[in-house]
Amino acid sequence: MSGSSEKATDLPVLLPAAHRLAAAAAAERVTGPVPRPTLWLGLMLFSIFAFSIGLAHAQGAPEEAETPLGALWRWLPVLLEGFVFNIAISFIAMMLGTIVGTLLGLGQISLMPAVRGSSWFLTQFFRNAPWLVLLFLVMLLVPFEFRFGDTVIPFPGWIKATIGLALPVMANVSEIVRGAINSVPSGQWESSDSLAFSRRQTIFSIILPQCYKRMIPPWMNLYAILTMATVLASIVGVDEMMTQTRRALAAEGGATQLLVPFYSFVLICFFIYCYPIARLTIRLERRFAVKL
Amino acid sequence: MELIETWFREFYQSSGINLTIVYDGFDRDRFLRGLGNTVILSVTCLVLSVLVGILGAWLLGSRFGIVRRFVQGYVQIFRNTPPLAQLYFFFFALGALLVITAELQVGQATFERQVPALSNYQWAIISLSLFAGAFNVEIFRSGIEAVPETTIEAAEALGMTRWQIYREVIMPLAFRICLPALNNNLVNLVKTTTLAYAIAVPELLYMSNQIWSDSVNVPEMMMVLLFTYIGLVAILVFGMHRWERAMRLPGFGQ
Repeated sequence: MSGSSEKATDLPVLLPAAHRLAAAAAAERVTGPVPRPTLWLGLMLFSIFAFSIGLAHAQGAPEEAETPLGALWRWLPVLLEGFVFNIAISFIAMMLGTIVGTLLGLGQISLMPAVRGSSWFLTQFFRNAPWLVLLFLVMLLVPFEFRFGDTVIPFPGWIKATIGLALPVMANVSEIVRGAINSVPSGQWESSDSLAFSRRQTIFSIILPQCYKRMIPPWMNLYAILTMATVLASIVGVDEMMTQTRRALAAEGGATQLLVPFYSFVLICFFIYCYPIARLTIRLERRFAVKL
Repeated sequence: MELIETWFREFYQSSGINLTIVYDGFDRDRFLRGLGNTVILSVTCLVLSVLVGILGAWLLGSRFGIVRRFVQGYVQIFRNTPPLAQLYFFFFALGALLVITAELQVGQATFERQVPALSNYQWAIISLSLFAGAFNVEIFRSGIEAVPETTIEAAEALGMTRWQIYREVIMPLAFRICLPALNNNLVNLVKTTTLAYAIAVPELLYMSNQIWSDSVNVPEMMMVLLFTYIGLVAILVFGMHRWERAMRLPGFGQ
């Protein structure tokens, strides 16, 4: 592997591969070691957006003074408020789901067959049911307020939607926890047994600390999926971004030239929020994959 | 049949559990139509998304940088935006712009009017296939990458052409590597078909919603709905596992 790189090997058998590898290396020297999609993506998104605005403008009535971008600017506070609400729902649902899901995941490795069985059943049930159906389930079957004597605890739609979204998150977290615990080599269990740790000590001070690293990438991935699922709440009537967008469009009198810019604005907002999470997840996955 | 219907009617009288889809012909027809639509929608999107995935993975190996970048951009955009927003974008935004002129006949007179070029059903298929296809591109790409370099070099040493290597060595191995991930994604796709509810495609959730609105039996229908979807997913998982086992190469993988 020394000398000039024109011919990487002298063995005739490997020549086709050597040629291919040399070509790949040459290409890599031009484009850089890793593909850099971020800049390109940005450009692409921007051009799609600009194109859609242009298209919309061409479609719109020529005498109209306001451009679609102007209308979008006017509605921006309402739309962004909706987006912040999406993020808030995703935070709360993630928190709820993680807490309950971790307990359920620990239940799945319980020594008591009843606990183990029921945790397994709950996990599989909520993991394999569609998110939207679970959302409907909670929205329609949970009452809108709870009465304890004279005190009335209201239960508005967005809280119910958050709980509905937390259910599948719970089941997925449960699987993540179980998977991470199972991925710890069994020697760890045996050696802590031989050191006379109790089961609780083994789980909380030996097994779980080794799991956190493995759980973070899938957990972040789940968070991104959840954030994208918060839009489902618009179907059941929560005032989040998609609902606000549709209201804004209705308020504009269903103007066709506004449709593409407004809907692509929703897509762009979520993309800007979720894409960095996805990149970070991949990077963490790579970093944690080395140590096993 | 009569007997079952009567039994479920009496069951409602005695227990209050109202399963109209068993004893009421109208509700049963609606439910079965919804189920059929969900199955058709799922199968169509399944096939199309796998095709999109294969095409995308193939284009990712293209010599032209712009093609690779385009496919990467497609994958990242569809993976990182909400599927429902994509569906709305396609149906409400693009669907409103893509119109064709159709002739409408009323009595003797013929009118020309603008109608959407694609129905909500077609838009749902397009949107869901592209959404699942973006994941499939990544899955197939990582499968192709996971084929050991040495195996390819060995094939080159045997004097196989590029196309032969692709067809006889890389594809069979890559396909077996990516089956589990593909399995997961297809299960996800079946669950995502419920989103078509939002654009009034008469699939299972939509039909069930109509049934529980008419017959006021939300809890019962909810349970039926959940178990039906879990049943559909179970059938898919069972089939894919059978296939996975049938395709297993002795000594490859685990």
